[in-house]
Amino acid sequence: MSAAAATLVRAPKGVTHALETLGAWVLAILWVLPLLYAFWTAFHPAEFSTHLVLSAPWTLDNFVNAWHAAPFARYFFNTVVLVTMVLAAQLVLVTLAAYAFARFEFPGRNVLFALVLVQLMIMPDVLIVENYRTMTFLGLKDTILAIGLPYMASAFGIFLLRQTFKTVPRELDEAARVEGCTPLQTLWKVYVPLARPTYIAYALVSISYHWNNFLWPLIITNSPETRPVTVGLQVFSATDQGIDWSIITAATLLSTAPLLLAFLLFQRQFVQSFMRAGIR
Amino acid sequence: MTRTRQWLYGWLMLLPAMSLLVLFTHYPAVANLWHSFYSTPKASRPSVFIGLDNYRNLVEDPIFWQAFTNNLIYAAGTIPLSIALALLMAIWVNGRIAGKGFLRLAYFTPTVLPMIAVANIWLFFYTPEYGLVEQISKGLGFPSHNWLGSQSTALGCLMVVTVWKEAGFFMIFYLAALQSMSPHLAEAAAIEGASRWYYFRRVTFPLLMPVTLFVLINAVINAFRLVDHIVVMTRGGPDNATSLLLYYIYEIGFRFWDSSYAAALTMVLLVMLGLAALAQFVFLERRTHYQ
Repeated sequence: MSAAAATLVRAPKGVTHALETLGAWVLAILWVLPLLYAFWTAFHPAEFSTHLVLSAPWTLDNFVNAWHAAPFARYFFNTVVLVTMVLAAQLVLVTLAAYAFARFEFPGRNVLFALVLVQLMIMPDVLIVENYRTMTFLGLKDTILAIGLPYMASAFGIFLLRQTFKTVPRELDEAARVEGCTPLQTLWKVYVPLARPTYIAYALVSISYHWNNFLWPLIITNSPETRPVTVGLQVFSATDQGIDWSIITAATLLSTAPLLLAFLLFQRQFVQSFMRAGIR
Repeated sequence: MTRTRQWLYGWLMLLPAMSLLVLFTHYPAVANLWHSFYSTPKASRPSVFIGLDNYRNLVEDPIFWQAFTNNLIYAAGTIPLSIALALLMAIWVNGRIAGKGFLRLAYFTPTVLPMIAVANIWLFFYTPEYGLVEQISKGLGFPSHNWLGSQSTALGCLMVVTVWKEAGFFMIFYLAALQSMSPHLAEAAAIEGASRWYYFRRVTFPLLMPVTLFVLINAVINAFRLVDHIVVMTRGGPDNATSLLLYYIYEIGFRFWDSSYAAALTMVLLVMLGLAALAQFVFLERRTHYQ
């Protein structure tokens, strides 16, 4: 009964259903079209980039040319260093702060929490002018550390993890204390293992955010030794080299390939992580 | 544990995160206000207090007003459309439809890509003469048109890119909410003989209100925060037709190196974000009354 009843309201029948399926597919095709077109251009010789014929020969030359035209290996290395460094720092800082907010009583707790939440609205992305000044003052301009530093204390992470820590039964906490655990040991042995799904969700969101971040790294870096791959790609495609779209799209796909591959392989985890990160 | 030890632990564990937050969020927001009352230091003369001069310039700066208006148009155009599409996608993917896995993948993939890569791909799409958009419109017999190069269409083209990139991201949140919705509601509605549209209007949509609010706030923040595609696709042109507030700040601050005027412009952006925060607070208050 229940399934049938649910079907009555949820799933339309006949013509409506067919029309909706058609609509969903048209939208999906529109959505993948830009990517398919980019793939076509990147894997075919330049003369076929705007000439869609099935007999066009496939080639990897565009990728090879792009790879040799700019220090992409170095850019990738920089991005990996950046993403790892930011994530590692975030995990430590966010865990400690979330634990303090979730399970400790101290004066000023609510005010401090409100101050943390300010960052959800005013992200480092919009404070570029002042943060540039600060980095100049600290002598950190044009370093990978400077790209990551403003993001290391993440209000979003503190909020997310605090919610998770609050769901841990207090009895577990007390049991650990009776066994003689210090607060930090309790955090490590009780809270962190129980919050694993939240950590995974947060890590995936953080990695894709920092892999993709562009404006701040563009401003604060100035040399191939520090540029992440997004900025490298922009520097590469903006230089006058007689716009060769085949090479530019190849470079574009190249720079997104690791993240895109990871996404296609772990699609379910990605989607679930983004879901989990959104539900508060 | 004694009370004082509780305090000490709490404060010490907060210390590292809090100091970084103060250094890179609270301090810059305040310092920004401070610096907006001073002139930009030059080689010949140091920075001096000039009161409200930067703000006076701002009010008289037609490019600022254009960027500000553009940003409002951009927000008004992209936010409702991407939210509506997100809801539609979520309902489709949640229902019984052929090829659900592929559909979800297709809708969500743009979200994982960097905006800068997306912008490169779409730049190629819009290229005069060669681009796919041109090829299709020429095939249909329309005259050639420089989509990104003309003032009337450039901002619209950027808005399309934003909707394409964001809708799938917002879909995820709707999908999560739809999946956690009780099937009893649908049963009850079916017994009452409710039509599908009626059910959506009176049951699904109201229940999704918290998600809509969450998504709305995120969309508003993004409309003021994300300008990567402008750097790649138009550089604010033609003739500032696609300059958004943050892009204009970037231009003033890092191409003309007028940091004081950029600080004044940043204050406008902070006020806009503050208004969004206030709206969220007010609406969330109302929501708790409701429950």
